[in-house]
Amino acid sequence: MPTLIEANPAAALSNDEILRYSRHLIMPEVGMEGQQKLKAAKVLCIGAGGLGSPLALYLTAAGVGTLGIVDFDVVDYTNLQRQIIHSTNDVGRKKLDSAAEKLTAINPFLNLRTFETKLTSANALELFREFDIIADGTDNFPTRYLVNDACVLTGKPNVYGSIFRFEGQASVFATEDGPCYRCLYPEPPPPGLVPSCAEGGVLGILPGLVGVIQATETIKLILGQGDSLIGRLLLVDALGMKFRELKLRKNPDCPVCGKNPTITQLIDYEEFCGIRGQEEPGANDIPSISVEGLKKKLDAKEDIFILDVREPHEYQICHLNGYLIPVGDLPKRVNELDSSREIIAHCKMGGRSAKAVNFLRRSGFKKVYNLTGGITAWAEKIDPKMPKY
Amino acid sequence: MPQIQIPSPLRQYTQKQATVSVPAKTVGDALAGLVSQHPDLKRHLYSDDGKLRAFVNVYVNDEDMRYLEKEATALNDGDTISIVPSIAGGSC
Repeated sequence: MPTLIEANPAAALSNDEILRYSRHLIMPEVGMEGQQKLKAAKVLCIGAGGLGSPLALYLTAAGVGTLGIVDFDVVDYTNLQRQIIHSTNDVGRKKLDSAAEKLTAINPFLNLRTFETKLTSANALELFREFDIIADGTDNFPTRYLVNDACVLTGKPNVYGSIFRFEGQASVFATEDGPCYRCLYPEPPPPGLVPSCAEGGVLGILPGLVGVIQATETIKLILGQGDSLIGRLLLVDALGMKFRELKLRKNPDCPVCGKNPTITQLIDYEEFCGIRGQEEPGANDIPSISVEGLKKKLDAKEDIFILDVREPHEYQICHLNGYLIPVGDLPKRVNELDSSREIIAHCKMGGRSAKAVNFLRRSGFKKVYNLTGGITAWAEKIDPKMPKY
Repeated sequence: MPQIQIPSPLRQYTQKQATVSVPAKTVGDALAGLVSQHPDLKRHLYSDDGKLRAFVNVYVNDEDMRYLEKEATALNDGDTISIVPSIAGGSC
């Protein structure tokens, strides 16, 4: 495998560095030359979350000279189950500040560059040009396509990893002769069809497994050693503990890396993924009620029927004594509901119940309302003793 | 009988089964058999006009069916079909 980085005389190692990287230096596959390549390398991590945590930690420890991190988020309690670069004391801090503290503590030789911004079509190309390799640890489709296209347009490899529940994917996209993310997935799924991690959950160790695979691929690209994941999609199944790989091909008709590309500059990725202005589809048009409104009705002992459209395992965490029909089961269980009663539907945040209300209205239910903000809003505004998840 | 591997985002539509065996001679038959066994899966794999959705990748063993004979690809008994959907999670 050809190397991306030339060993740079300016990247000569000090005696302290030689001692620190001893276990690399005594392997011929790395050696002095490889360690100098690592020191000369500039890697940009998109996101300092689940995948970004192990990526940044290991790349820093391994001696990557310049590490950039793009993130604009703040650490919260639900991050700590998997985002191991952040600690309990960091809750409320900027992820960049929290990450910077850990990384510079691990390796003071690191040149860390932090970018507190959302990656956008306006800034991606300029940013990517300053780095050699891009490691994609983002969590949404628009940014996935943005990272891919910007990598193709700037000629930077895209070290890709993605996770959901118990499964992960990893590959290296957008090298000169290899396929890109669009060769595999020409189009994103319509919004709402694929649940996010916030809805579907993710096993805490999974970003560790996949992020470390990304870090490994990044280091191999820098060293020019081994067989990279270029042209292969690695599938990780943590429950079955199975690793499989699929062949990827460069699509000659790919709109961005094909022979006659139609995408020659960055586009509007929110629009491309169909989510412009409709993060909560139809939430504004559907009849809804606030948690305060629901509280008033319950206190006045009005005859209302609370329909909980979450999953049974979510009901076990907290509930409003609602009648449980998971949103996916609603079509076949709709006959369990009485359309003459006033129905208030809720889920965790209000998204799934909005779909349920839409469905019930279309099915002829006239007195059905969506609880805005879901049971989370209830826990925040009405019952502070209720757990949030 | 060829086996179809169901990725976790879609298992909620297959009564949680990770693999489904379907008697079939071609990939198209196997997928049709799968959605007739599990009708809730249909709208996730096919668009309203009956075509496989563009973001659903179907592999026969380790090969993308787009580079074989697509839905007409012939199947042998021990073949594994994998549905490989887009997943985006990472920092989440």
